[in-house]
Amino acid sequence: MAIVELKNVAKNYAQGLVKGKGDKSSNAVDNFNLVTRDGEFVVLVGPSGCGKSTTMRMIAGLERNTEGEILIGGRDVSQVPPKERDIAMVFQSYALYPHMSVADNMGFSLKLKKRPAAEIKAKIEEAAQTLGIQSLLDRKPRELSGGQRQRVALGRAIVRDPQVFLMDEPLSNLDAKLRVDMRAEIVKLHKRLKVTTFYVTHDQVEAMTMGERIVVMKDGRIQQIDTPINLYEFPANRFVAGFIGNPSMNFLRARHAEGVVSGDGYRLTLDDSHRPVVTTRNVGDVWVGIRPEHLRLSDGAATNRVEGTVDVVETLGAVTVVQLSVGEHSVTAQLPGHQKVEIGDTLTLACDSDKLHLFDTDSELAIGREPAEQSSVAAKA
Amino acid sequence: MNSSRFSNGVMGVLAWIVALLIFFPILWLLLTAFKSEQEAFTVVPSFFFSPTLESFKTALAQGSGYWHYAWNSVLTAVASTVIGLALAVPAAYAMAFYPNKRTDFLLVWMVSTKFIPAVGVLIPIYLVYSAVGLLDNALGLTLLFTAMNLPIIVWMVYSYFRDIPKDIVEAADIDGASIMQTLFKVVLPLALPGLASTGLLALILAWNESFWSITMTDHDAATLAVYIASFKSAEGLYWAKMSAASVLAIAPIIVLGWFTQRQMVRGLTFGAVK
Repeated sequence: MAIVELKNVAKNYAQGLVKGKGDKSSNAVDNFNLVTRDGEFVVLVGPSGCGKSTTMRMIAGLERNTEGEILIGGRDVSQVPPKERDIAMVFQSYALYPHMSVADNMGFSLKLKKRPAAEIKAKIEEAAQTLGIQSLLDRKPRELSGGQRQRVALGRAIVRDPQVFLMDEPLSNLDAKLRVDMRAEIVKLHKRLKVTTFYVTHDQVEAMTMGERIVVMKDGRIQQIDTPINLYEFPANRFVAGFIGNPSMNFLRARHAEGVVSGDGYRLTLDDSHRPVVTTRNVGDVWVGIRPEHLRLSDGAATNRVEGTVDVVETLGAVTVVQLSVGEHSVTAQLPGHQKVEIGDTLTLACDSDKLHLFDTDSELAIGREPAEQSSVAAKA
Repeated sequence: MNSSRFSNGVMGVLAWIVALLIFFPILWLLLTAFKSEQEAFTVVPSFFFSPTLESFKTALAQGSGYWHYAWNSVLTAVASTVIGLALAVPAAYAMAFYPNKRTDFLLVWMVSTKFIPAVGVLIPIYLVYSAVGLLDNALGLTLLFTAMNLPIIVWMVYSYFRDIPKDIVEAADIDGASIMQTLFKVVLPLALPGLASTGLLALILAWNESFWSITMTDHDAATLAVYIASFKSAEGLYWAKMSAASVLAIAPIIVLGWFTQRQMVRGLTFGAVK
């Protein structure tokens, strides 16, 4: 258990090879700052190529950070090889040793540390019991299913009692059902062991369900660091707003005039969380963000209205997802239960003013609406 | 359906022809070895004759020195293979797991040294060997065989190492293994089939080598290649005795190849089927 600190961490692949080459813009990760709490579960999430895996590999020591400092438990480990960082890592491919039994895979690190055989055996058995793989200890990895291999990979990490767990998309090779089960199990495991954990995923559902705090990344830069619920309710910029939430947020390009934002097919009144800022800043054009689940069918008398023609209807049972053409925009609405909606229908949807999000058209940063408890770090674009 | 059966048949016949073409010299060698010198020389070659062990007796007779040559062949082939692998493993490890911009060039360059005809470097090597006293010396021949096979060994070991997922090596790194521990406890056990087939290939190449053996050795370090060549004497060619000597020379390697063919095929297709 330890606090992990990343101070101005950057990675530039060109720099390592030829001194002086490679400018800031080619940084795979840039200006990464984060301080975890002791035992926190931090999820790094973002689209592929956003630098989340590189960041994790720098914490592991598999890549060297070209700038900044990485501290584990107060010790600067930037120049320390992986094996001396007291970390354990779970790989996407599991990376089990194919020629060793499950028990040998799990005990490998302890054996290298020359721990007594009895202690190794006890630790392996304890971990195996935690993960429910006692019966597999004599098997080779190739004799195991994907889910079992995943457990062994977790087991190999937990027998070490490390200060930090690193998990690089550990569930992405599992089928959907198993993924949901393992997700819950990893969370439970973390609650029990209380080891500071970094978890990399590209799946925002995984991020939202597992993370105590989530770091949203894009193009090597942190977009926002916050709790799942704050990311959902107070996205710092348009990227985060669109990335978190499923189906993703609708964006409408609107014109602002006297506390009302409107465009072809929609007219929305701003409330007190937006109106003062927008008026003071004298905002003209603006992006309006509305989450699909915040749209509801309206009788046509609502003050906040979005009107469009239905293109697609997806009946999922619990909800009905409708896609409409609103002017030049495509808008998704998630309506409760089974709705009698046909393709080609004209629908009027309503949305509460306090559910609206506004984003600057240039910087794409959020305008107004901030969480009461400010822990969010907005990207300085 | 019919046409595919027909083309299968044609392919079968062609395969047989090719196989016979490859095998025929060995068959003829075997037949000639069991003939008398007179029969071996008949203008219309005979397939049916009364076999005799006469040539083998001469070839193995005291004074023919078969065991001396055989021992040199074993010594130089095994030693050059062991040294070659010992040098190639670290080189291939570095190139496979810590490649840099020049790794590809280095690999191509190493193999390109095989493009040079051996005669091209014969005179400089002969002069150097003569100066340092390595002519007709088992160590000298071993070093030549090692140098000759090293590019192929490095290339093969490299490709087997490349088939090991990098994640596994990184996992060992995080688990606390040193480079040596990663090499001996993780990488080598996983590459064992590949290493075995590489070793076998190097062994066979060194065993079969004749150019350097014949030019660089005379008696002390002479291998079976020299022994076979010695049957070409001033009085003429002794076909039957030369065949018997050749059979004795290739027998060990064919037997070895026969028993390890499964390992060889597995090693050569190691990367193809995972």
